[in-house]
Amino acid sequence: MLITLLNLLAAALFIFGLKKLASVKTARLGNQLAAAGMALAVVVTMVHVTELSWVYAILGILLGSAVGAYAAQKVQMTQMPQMVALFNGLGGLASAFVGIAELLPKAQLYLSMGHFSHHQQTAIWFVAVVLSVLVGGLTFTGSLVAFAKLQELISGKPMALPQQQLINAGLGIACVVLTILGLAIFSSAGWVITCVMFLLVISLVLGVSLTMPIGGADMPVVISLLNSYSGIAGAAAGFAVGEPILVIAGAMVGASGIILTQIMCKAMNRSIANVIFGGFGAEDSSGGGGEYKNTKSTSAEEAAMLFDAAQLAIIVPGYGLAVAQAQHAVREFANLLEKKGCKVLYAIHPVAGRMPGHMNVLLAEANIPYEQLVEMDQINSEFKNADIALVLGANDVVNPAAKTDPKSPIYGMPVLNVEEARTVIMVKRSMNPGFAGIKNELFELENTLMLFGDAKKVVSDLNEQLKQL
Amino acid sequence: MEMLLALFVLSIFLGFELINKVPPTLHTPLMSGANAISGITVVGALAALAVATKGAPFSKFLAFLAVIAAMINVVGGFLVTDRMLKMFVKRK
Repeated sequence: MLITLLNLLAAALFIFGLKKLASVKTARLGNQLAAAGMALAVVVTMVHVTELSWVYAILGILLGSAVGAYAAQKVQMTQMPQMVALFNGLGGLASAFVGIAELLPKAQLYLSMGHFSHHQQTAIWFVAVVLSVLVGGLTFTGSLVAFAKLQELISGKPMALPQQQLINAGLGIACVVLTILGLAIFSSAGWVITCVMFLLVISLVLGVSLTMPIGGADMPVVISLLNSYSGIAGAAAGFAVGEPILVIAGAMVGASGIILTQIMCKAMNRSIANVIFGGFGAEDSSGGGGEYKNTKSTSAEEAAMLFDAAQLAIIVPGYGLAVAQAQHAVREFANLLEKKGCKVLYAIHPVAGRMPGHMNVLLAEANIPYEQLVEMDQINSEFKNADIALVLGANDVVNPAAKTDPKSPIYGMPVLNVEEARTVIMVKRSMNPGFAGIKNELFELENTLMLFGDAKKVVSDLNEQLKQL
Repeated sequence: MEMLLALFVLSIFLGFELINKVPPTLHTPLMSGANAISGITVVGALAALAVATKGAPFSKFLAFLAVIAAMINVVGGFLVTDRMLKMFVKRK
């Protein structure tokens, strides 16, 4: 009874935690509540599970906690998305292992009562084992691919085999067949276990083959979706071992993860199906290595003079700002401008950077006032009043092709109307296309000036020049 | 089993209802926080470790690995989320 009540309390903490995580003021408290719920759930489980081998349990918890804490401290803010992917993958792997570890010692015993399908109890149990292995394995390798793409260990470009959808469908069918074989046909533990091992291998392959064809720019959505999967894998593992708290928390994360994925897709004006099956940019109609003509470049000195005369400057941060760690330099730059009587605003595209909200986190780190961060819908009408738009390492989110070129792979994605500013200064490391690998017409416009260099270096130079004016 | 199924379905509905409006600022932390909660599978890993104690050394090994992996997910996830959120809070 006490155990049930404590588990209920843990579940309640998860619910309030998630709820509070969705609002700025209470988010931190929400996270802490959820963490408390987790600690409670772990302790309760350790106490009520009989015949637990304490040494291994405590050793495992300490080891995992140490690695997790170390990684969380060490990771840079710019690498947050891939870190979340990695953590999520480990969660999936854990669920897959739980499924197998549950199957091995019990298969023989349960089979002595006949096929798993003969009893409702064992049928549900076996399906739960299969699902935790399948979804967990898929989450594991899928997250690893997302990690590798974001870390740029492998190309961010969509990579698909010919007939990729067909191959995936085939693998899916194989999963169903193997599940039926294990459920109703095989009667020896050896065969059933072999079945599940095959399922594990297929799920690992599926994780890769489902994620590889999705472009790097869509990885945040993929991570969010995989996050939902790992919740579902957890819930399945909960059925397998008969732990209600695991079923509750897993199902909750699974469902809210889908909603969050939908919200993210909406910010990019895409549907989930479009992200998963679209092979974003794979055919590259107008994108790719198109040559740029008639671009004009400028120097920090020239640019500083433009800023000196400006009344309203809008800064558009992107991933380039994140990699260069330029947020503090930007803060100084904005202070200098404000001293000169120029109003400074920041245009925050919901998916600038490598994941939604990425820019808010970085700029907050540099103590940039929250009121100056303006979201896309509000800022888009401001650009026409702006003297200068300074684009710091953003690319796809300011590409006018999304509005004008129906052939562009990003057509329809809401973008920032930077081209309406009197002058656009585009800070970029090189002429390379952005993360999505799409040509940006903005560079060729009459009022666009290119300023090449690392974002931090460029902004520091601008600061120097401004001080001298 | 029926109870678990009922809990499962109710929790799915709860999850759908819980999150409806999220400011883009919080997309990343929310995802990361939810991700940490999905590390709840550590509970399953502990339960599997107990089952596996009755022989089956390979099962025990797998369950042990699962505890480690899930704990990395949990502790890393919550701490990373907190690091992100700390930045929003301090400038009040």
